[in-house]
Amino acid sequence: MRTSTPARVGQYAALLAYLVFLAFPFLWLISTAFKPPQELGSLHPTWIPENPTLDNFRQAFDEQPLLRAALNSLLAALGAAVIAVLIATPMAYVMARHRGRLARAATGWVVISQAFPFVLVIIPLFLVLKNLRLINSVPGLVMVYVVWSLPFALWMLAGYVRAVPAELEEAAAVDGAGRLRTLVSVTAPLLAPGIVATALFAFITAWNEFFFALVLLKTPEKQTLPVILTHFIGAEGVADLGPLAAAAFLATLPSLVVFALIQRRITGGMLAGAVKS
Amino acid sequence: MTARTRIATLLASLTLLLAGCSGGGDGADDGRITLRFQSLAWQEESVEATRELVREWNAAHPDVRVQYVQGSWDSVHDQLLTSFEGGEAPDIIHDASDDLADFAYGGHLADLTDLLPERLKSDIPRRSWETVTFGDGIYGVPFLQEPRVLIANVDLLKESGVRVPTPEDPWTWAEFRQVTKRLSGDGRYGVAWPLKEPVSATLNLSLSTGGQLFHRGADGKVTVRFEESDQVVPRTIRDQVDTDHSASPTTLGSGGSDTLPGFFAGKYAMVPLGFSYRQQIEQQAPDGFDWQVLPAPAGAGGLTQGVSPQTLSVAEDSPHKKEAAAFVDFLLRPDNMVRLALGDWMLPTGTRALADPALHTPERGWATGTALAGHLRPAPAQSVRGYPEWKDKVATPALQEYYSGAIDTDELRERLEEDGNLVLARYQR
Repeated sequence: MRTSTPARVGQYAALLAYLVFLAFPFLWLISTAFKPPQELGSLHPTWIPENPTLDNFRQAFDEQPLLRAALNSLLAALGAAVIAVLIATPMAYVMARHRGRLARAATGWVVISQAFPFVLVIIPLFLVLKNLRLINSVPGLVMVYVVWSLPFALWMLAGYVRAVPAELEEAAAVDGAGRLRTLVSVTAPLLAPGIVATALFAFITAWNEFFFALVLLKTPEKQTLPVILTHFIGAEGVADLGPLAAAAFLATLPSLVVFALIQRRITGGMLAGAVKS
Repeated sequence: MTARTRIATLLASLTLLLAGCSGGGDGADDGRITLRFQSLAWQEESVEATRELVREWNAAHPDVRVQYVQGSWDSVHDQLLTSFEGGEAPDIIHDASDDLADFAYGGHLADLTDLLPERLKSDIPRRSWETVTFGDGIYGVPFLQEPRVLIANVDLLKESGVRVPTPEDPWTWAEFRQVTKRLSGDGRYGVAWPLKEPVSATLNLSLSTGGQLFHRGADGKVTVRFEESDQVVPRTIRDQVDTDHSASPTTLGSGGSDTLPGFFAGKYAMVPLGFSYRQQIEQQAPDGFDWQVLPAPAGAGGLTQGVSPQTLSVAEDSPHKKEAAAFVDFLLRPDNMVRLALGDWMLPTGTRALADPALHTPERGWATGTALAGHLRPAPAQSVRGYPEWKDKVATPALQEYYSGAIDTDELRERLEEDGNLVLARYQR
């Protein structure tokens, strides 16, 4: 069915409005990062800084160990993403393909576990990690992130597995492929977009996470970016706005780059035409 | 390289990197003591001053090394609570006196009564020590504090011809109301009250009119009574907003920083702010903008104001309390206290530090602020159990509605007293 021209124009206008709405905070962040203090205190702020400056970036780097914090964040986020995907993929396959009572119970538990707030688990978690001597260590933090992102990753991947028609696996079996061969050569490639999307989710969750990192990491050398960013905020919410914006802008870049690199794989449409229904 | 090899290589390198980042305790293996000092200094100058002092200590005390850790005001309570429960708290803790009660009563902070030298004890006035005294113990050293002052646009003041107040001859609250009326007009307001947190501002300023609000009975129990002396400040603000239209109604829900653009643009002639906001004003004011610090108005209680000073405490779990207290003593030597005060644009509590000429210069309003130091008292609420809940559930919404004109004084009193006393009673059974 062809959409009429006015409707199409309306759709694009709505899409554009939505994009502007989504992009506004980020664009404002960039604008703020390049403004001198006097422009930040102006009653009529401009989108384009009148006297753009890199002083905020200089100050942010001078005051805080941003690079080290970024490396810590990157390690924690990559570690969490890789491990979460490695664990979640086989589990999700079992949950999706073997729809017994156990799988249903597991799915229920996954959904319930999402309801636990941070504050409820943080003290027991702290004590467990302390006994394991994993306080103040990036591997300890990775472990927490994996556990924290696993339920949703599992739930998300199970959806992708269900979308892969079981008929394809049956067809492979008919052609003589064993179970492992089917999984590796047929199912896994079709699951690639799902795996990438799940990894991305785990990566961004860990990259942005603040509270666990704040509580579990004691020394400055181990702290991650979100924790370091709060050092630009003072009592009663007063912030050193310029350097905070500069550091926050830099902190969003890796997520953007990772997303830009792999988003193509998420929107694969790899299943198109695979089965004739 | 095949995909499988690539994945294996990635995993192997990640494992190695993570292993490189692991653990490592903070205990010294060479017999040296390492103390962790969590500082909440956050402005460029105060961070630099604190770091420098830590460096100086470490250079002079090779056997007791202090490790500087920067915390955040925003999350310090939750972070400390968790670290205390897990036995991993920093040895030396920077916080504010109104955040200490739970930690002190919970046994997480060391009683410093016998750990601090006489020099420090006698240097800080008794009224400041009261802010950190819980039960019989002293659980922190109050070292920096700030009064609420009026920051005024000098040109607008001159233009209006109003009398400029000084700490010796401040405005009364009635005079202040008249002045803001004279300063208003042509789309301009005489004052912009940033009352995002209306409770502490109202309560602390009400000490100047003899307001007490919390009354401790003979049985030790606290009740709320919103008497005539408690009503002067809130009534003045409400009259300015709703009757005189000399105070901006839009800033009632704003934080202090949010009022600055309007202040710089001449939309507001004055803004009541904490003394340390001067740093932000100095940094952000347009070229040629002339500003001045004025004392807050006075009432039956003179210039008295409530404050919750910044504090340094020692963790009860610290195995090196004596060394930690020695470091606190070093940090708060008069000269060092002055450096910290200048870095944070606040007032030191120590009397010798307060006498430093650097804090008596009229430039940037230092002299006015320093003259107010003797009038600062513990914030009225900070020893009241149940205050946080009373503040969040009863007082904040009631005052917000009152200032916006939605309820009158009688209803405000009813809510603060009746609803409020129900809340406090639960904590005092």
